[in-house]
Order: sequence, then C-alpha cells, then structure tokens
Amino acid sequence: MKLLLKGGRVIDPSQNIDTITDILIQDGKISMMKKDIPLPESDSGNDLKIFDLKDKIIAPGLIDMHTHLREPGFEYKETIRTGSEAAVAGGFTSIACMANTDPVNDNRSVTEFIHKQARLAAMANVYPIAALSKGQDGKILTEFGDLKNAGAVAFSDDGNPVADSGLMRHALEYAYSFDMPVISHCEDTGLSSGGLMHEGFISTQLGLQGIPGIAEDIMVIRDINLAGFTRTRVHIAHVSTAGSVQAVREARSAGINVTAETAPHYFTLTDEALKGFSTNFKMYPPLRGADDVEAIKEGLRDGTIDTIASDHAPHSSVEKDVEFEYAANGITGLETSLPLSLKLVHDGILTINQLIEKMSINPSNILKIPKGSLKTGSDADITVIDMNKIWTVDTDKFRSKGRNCPFNGWELKGKAVMTIVGGDVRYADSEL
Amino acid sequence: MKKKKVVMDAEEIERSLTRIAYEILERNKGTDNLIIIGIRKGGIFLAERLREKISAIEGTDILSGMLDITLYRDDVLTTGKRPEIEKTYIPFPLDHKKVILVDDVLFTGRTIRAAMDALMDFGRPELIQLAVLIDRGHRELPIRADFIGETLPSSLWENVNVNLTDNRNTDEVVIEES
Amino acid sequence: MNLSRKDMLGIIDLSREEIDFILDTAESFKEISTRKIKKVPTLRGKTVITLFFEASTRTRTSFEIAAKRLSADTINISASSSSVVKGETLIDTARNLESMNPDIIIIRHSAAGAAHILAGLLEQSIINAGDGAHEHPTQALLDMLTIREKKGTMEGLKIAIVGDIAHSRVARSNIYGLTKMGADVAICGPAMMIPRDIDQMGVSVYYNMEDAIKDADVVMMLRMQLERQKRDLFPSLREYANHFSLNRDNIKLAKNDVIVMHPGPINRGVEITPEIADGPYSVILEQVTNGVAVRMALLYLLSGGKK
Repeated sequence: MKLLLKGGRVIDPSQNIDTITDILIQDGKISMMKKDIPLPESDSGNDLKIFDLKDKIIAPGLIDMHTHLREPGFEYKETIRTGSEAAVAGGFTSIACMANTDPVNDNRSVTEFIHKQARLAAMANVYPIAALSKGQDGKILTEFGDLKNAGAVAFSDDGNPVADSGLMRHALEYAYSFDMPVISHCEDTGLSSGGLMHEGFISTQLGLQGIPGIAEDIMVIRDINLAGFTRTRVHIAHVSTAGSVQAVREARSAGINVTAETAPHYFTLTDEALKGFSTNFKMYPPLRGADDVEAIKEGLRDGTIDTIASDHAPHSSVEKDVEFEYAANGITGLETSLPLSLKLVHDGILTINQLIEKMSINPSNILKIPKGSLKTGSDADITVIDMNKIWTVDTDKFRSKGRNCPFNGWELKGKAVMTIVGGDVRYADSEL
Repeated sequence: MKKKKVVMDAEEIERSLTRIAYEILERNKGTDNLIIIGIRKGGIFLAERLREKISAIEGTDILSGMLDITLYRDDVLTTGKRPEIEKTYIPFPLDHKKVILVDDVLFTGRTIRAAMDALMDFGRPELIQLAVLIDRGHRELPIRADFIGETLPSSLWENVNVNLTDNRNTDEVVIEES
Repeated sequence: MNLSRKDMLGIIDLSREEIDFILDTAESFKEISTRKIKKVPTLRGKTVITLFFEASTRTRTSFEIAAKRLSADTINISASSSSVVKGETLIDTARNLESMNPDIIIIRHSAAGAAHILAGLLEQSIINAGDGAHEHPTQALLDMLTIREKKGTMEGLKIAIVGDIAHSRVARSNIYGLTKMGADVAICGPAMMIPRDIDQMGVSVYYNMEDAIKDADVVMMLRMQLERQKRDLFPSLREYANHFSLNRDNIKLAKNDVIVMHPGPINRGVEITPEIADGPYSVILEQVTNGVAVRMALLYLLSGGKK
C-alpha cells in the first residue's frame, strides 16, 4: 500500500521545510519527499492511492498533549475509541491522555489497558500520561519506572493540583532521572476552592464565586522555582493568565527548563461568555479576562507558550444540563482545536509555520515521543489542512461523545481535511 | 380626515348635569348616605361636577370616590398587552350607602358590570344607581342607566367622546368616525 | 407603557422606564390589600406555582398572597437543593411542572442562574425569587417602591447598603436598580465581603460604617448570614456586630430624616440593634407590605406573556 500526496505545500518545522512538493508513503513510513514524483507505470498502480493536494497544507501529524479520554470508568462520556476518532477528525494523529480515569492511571495495568484499547481502535496514536501520585491524591508518588516501561510518557495529577511542594519536588527529581516530564496543573486551592469562574467584574455581577488569576500564578511560580532549584524540568498545563505567561517568560530567560501549553478557549473566549450561565463555558482554569487573553496571544507569538493542547474534557448532559454551580468543568476540544488555532494565523498573530511547530514538533519534544516530523523514514503521520475552508461547528456531527462545546454553531475558517496515521488514511473530508 | 360632529356643547353639558343632580336628589330624597363614585377615566370628571352641584344645591358635603375597573374587565387578559392600572380611591365602606356610579358614556354595559362587581368588594351598598352623560345604545348586557344626560343613537363604527377640561367653556361631546 | 417581557429574571435587564412603570402599577395595587374584600378577579383560572429550593417564609408567603389576591390558583412546591444528588434534575422538575400547564412559575434556588435555566426552557413566565448570590428582583422593586414612597424619588439620594455584599442577591439587584434610578449608592462591609471590581457597578465602596452612612438618606442593612459563606470568612458575629451594626450612635451620622431598611428576616443585635429596627426610622414592615403590591403588579403584568 502506497500513498502519493501530490502538489501540497509541505510545512515541516522540524526540518525547516516550507515548499510545494510531493510525498510518497510506503509501508507506513515517509519514503520520499521531492517535487513531481513521477506516477508509476500502470501495472504497479494497483496498490497506489494518489491524492491531489494542491492549495492544501501538508503538516506533520498534529499532536494534542492534553486530553481526557474518560476510559476506563466514564465510558458514557467518552471511550478511547470515540476520543481517538474525534482526534483524527480534528487533525490529530497523536494524543496524550490524562490519568483521571476510574481507576486512576497510577499503575501499569491501566497504562497497558489504554494502549490496548488504542490499538484496537486503530485511529490515533494514544500516549498515556500516568498519575503523579497514587490515586491522584497528592500523597505518595506512583511507580515512575514501571509506568515508563508500560508506556506512559509523562506524569501528572491533572485535575488535582499537587498542593504539597515537597511531593512536587520529589516528582520533578525522580521523573527527570527517567527523562520524563512532569505536567503541572497549577492551582492554589486555598484561593480557588468554591470558585466557579474567573474572579472579576463579571463574577461579581453574576454572584458566582470567583477564582482569582493568582490562584494559578502562584503555583506556576512555585513549580518554576522547584524546577530551577532541582535543575529539572516542568511543563505547565493549560496556562490561562497573564501572570503565568510572564512567569514562564522570565523563568525561560533565567535558564530554567520550563515549557508551557495553553488551550484554544483561553485565547478565544473571555469571562464575558459566562453571562447567561451556560455551563458549556464552565471549565478549569476558568475563562479569564480580556487582558489575560491578550497575554496568552502574546505568549504564543513570542514563543513563551510552546504548544496548544485542547484539554479535551467531554462530559454528558448528566454533568452539564444542571445548575451552573453543580456543572462539571470542561469542554470538548479535539474537533475544534485546530480550526480555532488557525484563527491565530488568519489574524496575523502566528505564521502557519509557527502554529504547526506548536502543534507538532514542540509537543513531541516535550513528551520525547518520535513524532512530529516528516523526515524520510519516520512514521507517516500527516495532517492535511485546508486553511480557507469555511464550515460551521455542529456538535451533533462530533465523533466525540461530548456535546459540551461552547462553539456549537460558530462559523470557522480552516480545518483538517485528511488525517493519515502510520500511512493509513484515518480521516478524510468527503471532497477528498 | 376624520369626520367630527359636536353633539353637545359646554352649555348643554352644564344644563344636563344640573338636571341630573336634581333628579338624583329627588329620587334619593336628599343626600343621606349618598356617595358618588366616578369610573376612571371619563367618569371621574363628571362625578366631581355632580358632587359640586349636589353639594351646592343641598348646602352639604357628600363623599365621592374613584374606581379603576381594569382588574374586573372581562377582556383584561385577552388583549395583547396588560392595560395600565390606576389608583382606586374609595377610602370608606359602602355598606348601607346609596352609590351613584358615574360614567361618561354608556355603551355595551360591560364597564358597568365590572364596576358593580368592584363596588361589591367595598361592602354591601343599599343600592347602586347609574348616571351617564351619554347613552349611545348597543348594549350587550342587561344594564340601563338611572340618570341620562342625552340619549344619542350612534353606529358601531363611530366613537363618542366626552371631552371635559378644566376650562369648562370648551367642554364638548363629539361623534367621530373610528 | 407596557412590560413586554416573558420573564422577570433580574433588575439588570430593566430600563429606568420599566422600573417606574412597575412601581406605578404596584402603587395602584396597594389599595386592593386595604379593601374589605382583598381580592380582584383578574387572574381567575390562572395557575401560579412557587418552586422553592431554599427555605423561605416571607418571600413565598408574599408571592402566594399576591397571587391569591389576584384570584390565581397557587401551588407551593418545596424541593431540596440537593435534588441533583437525589435524582431529579432541575430540568426534569421543570419539564414535569410544564406538563401540568401552569401560567407563571416563581423559582427560588441556591444556585445563581437557576431561574435562567427555566426561562430558557419553558413557555411559562418565570419570576426569579432569588438565585444564589445573583439577583432577587422583586426584593429590589419593593425596596425601590418603599424609598420612592418615602422620599418621592430615588434621584440624587445617598443610599448606603451595608453587610455581606459578596453573598447578597438583594444587594446586587438593588445596586442595579438604584443606580439606574439615579441614586448615589454606597456599599459597605468587611473587606472579605466586598466582591472584586464592584466599583464598576457604579457604587462607591466603604470599609467602615461611619463613612458609609454619613449623610445617608437611606440605610439598607443586609442580613448577616455566616452560614451562607462557604468558608469561615469572618471571626465571629460578635466582631461583626461591633463594627457593622446599625445602632443609635452611628445612625446620628445619617440625615435626620433617614429611613432604615432591611430585607428580613432581621438578626436583632447582629446587623441592627432592636431600638433601630423598631424605631422611628425603620420602614422594615412597610417593605413587607409593599412586597405584596410589587408582586401583584408583576404577576398582573407578566400574566399571559408567553414566548
């Protein structure tokens, strides 16, 4: 089985390539990249599929390093199959999934189970992120070594901040010895507990208890200090505040090894969206103020923020069709993450090359996975993007089980039109 | 241009009210227990005029009140928007009183029905009599006036308007095409 | 003038003209409660449901009396706020009620936005009788009616609202209303009970009682509810009473003809001393009387107002 992608604009930041060229895929690998690869003689054409990708962008398969696939335990919200179907529909060939399942992914058997389910689903590559502490309860570290051997790529108690600074210190040190990242959900619960949305004028108007931006900033600064002190590295999950961006920026220039991600909603929406009490806008961290949104964009532009991850958090109507106060946090993101991020390109904040870098080689480098590049011989994971396709978000058409998407009905410009994983076309728009 | 015809001028109105005042006194044998209540909005000006006249004739003050009948209307919830409510002023019990209910124009009788229901909520009057300046016919309920200024046959597509002002010289009753 | 809306969810939605119109209508309705027969037939055949997820005596009784004086049939439903835990969701409850064809649903709930859920879902008119710390529009309307009766206008009055502003829906609705009506609103309370950026609502903020009530035309004391706070924000009621109660000494700082208001139920000796609550400045019981009139006016104006 061979695929020939003809005439597309290939953008591969890992090799500094941005040119119109053809790509030949053979046996699941990139076998050749050059202009005008000749069509083979008719006889041998039986197992060759040719795609004319003129005016399309061919990128290394995109990577979403922060998703929640809900399996095991919450299969009514999402399964590894539906989640990875949503991933390829959104243009992602690889996704990493957080450990807050039931049981928690804090041991080898859950990590292996996730790998097995992902193999059976045969959609996207799924990389489990193991819990940092047993049961994610912030007390005892999980077995990092065993979890690495089982196929975990990072450690995180995402959803539950690590309150104990001593435990965080040990996690950073121990993970570093395995060359594994720790991903920190930064939240000072003393400041955030009981909070339902960003603290500011809107929370005051709505009478909803606020979560101040500093609840995040303080822990970002703590973790940066811990990483500096222990000479290890830390990855900051879902940055939402101007203070966090600034802290990461300063740490970076001071030589501390810190990486950071944000999610599309943090540069797309503000807390104004909460007026009307729609639970689809309820998430953690909460949607922040306009100043924060501008700072996130600036952080993306100047490179402070390395990657965009969806923080895909599907919920069912059971968790969302309730009073705002009782609703679960989170929004589905896999099928809207790339299009919302492309708006940064349309708005001139990032170049398409920068965006692809942030969504392919950067997360690959953070997680140390062999992805994110179109080098000859590498896995043929490819995302084909139509920058200008106008389409309307319709949650009823989502592959994800989650309908908790605040962007339903939005008209967006640009999307993934084909997703190839290991040389296999896992998603293609009808027009292709 | 709407056609407009003056059917009573200020002098005629004044004469009618004087006559009605005497009729009320004659029928009720004086002012004992007599109370005058005007129906908002048109009836309250007439009620005030009648009260003045009766007081002047008999040399004694009599009580008067104002009634907003909107909340008793049979069409209050069927129209598109809720009619505005104005104050009702009947700060005395009506038990054993002779109530002279005053309105400007008697038409279908529905307003008077509503007004009588409302009055009953203020006590049990000895009797209620109805005084109107104009009876234009077209009754839809079995109601008649006790004291009438003028009976004025009209067609359904006409409006009969009683225009009373503080400058009494310009008072008039007009018929306009609707 | 007309109130062309289906629901009454919050004062934030109302224009100054609409507020005046509602108050005018309420004034006309006040007289009905003084009659020998305190009932008009206007809402005959209409069904009004009060759906209260929070304990309340005063507000529910006030709504019920208002509805009954308009001849509506009233059904009172008490539900537990923890219905989410126990099984039936608010939406299911609402759908069930809808199937019984009521005309107006009055809801009180501990969660902000609960009335909005119903309003978006149901054809019936929804009246918010208090949602979390968000809004309590009928309380603000009755407060404004009381102030307007006593002072003739709200324009230019200095009105101090004192207490746990952060957790108070009464404060929010009154701030929206009074600022729209041209009053000069001062809020006051312990710093941890003043929510962030509230000055953007057009009020001035004070942290000490004396400054807040100086030269005030109206002082509105809020009920101090330590139990409503999710965490122990404040040392003790004693400390609170020492610094934030209205008493016969500090009231002298206000104007001579100051009126003292309280949404009730009052905590005697906490936010207000008994001699002030019962004293000549107090209009607390008149507020209660006006509550019935305002609610009658709203039931009348919203009746028949389908989507």
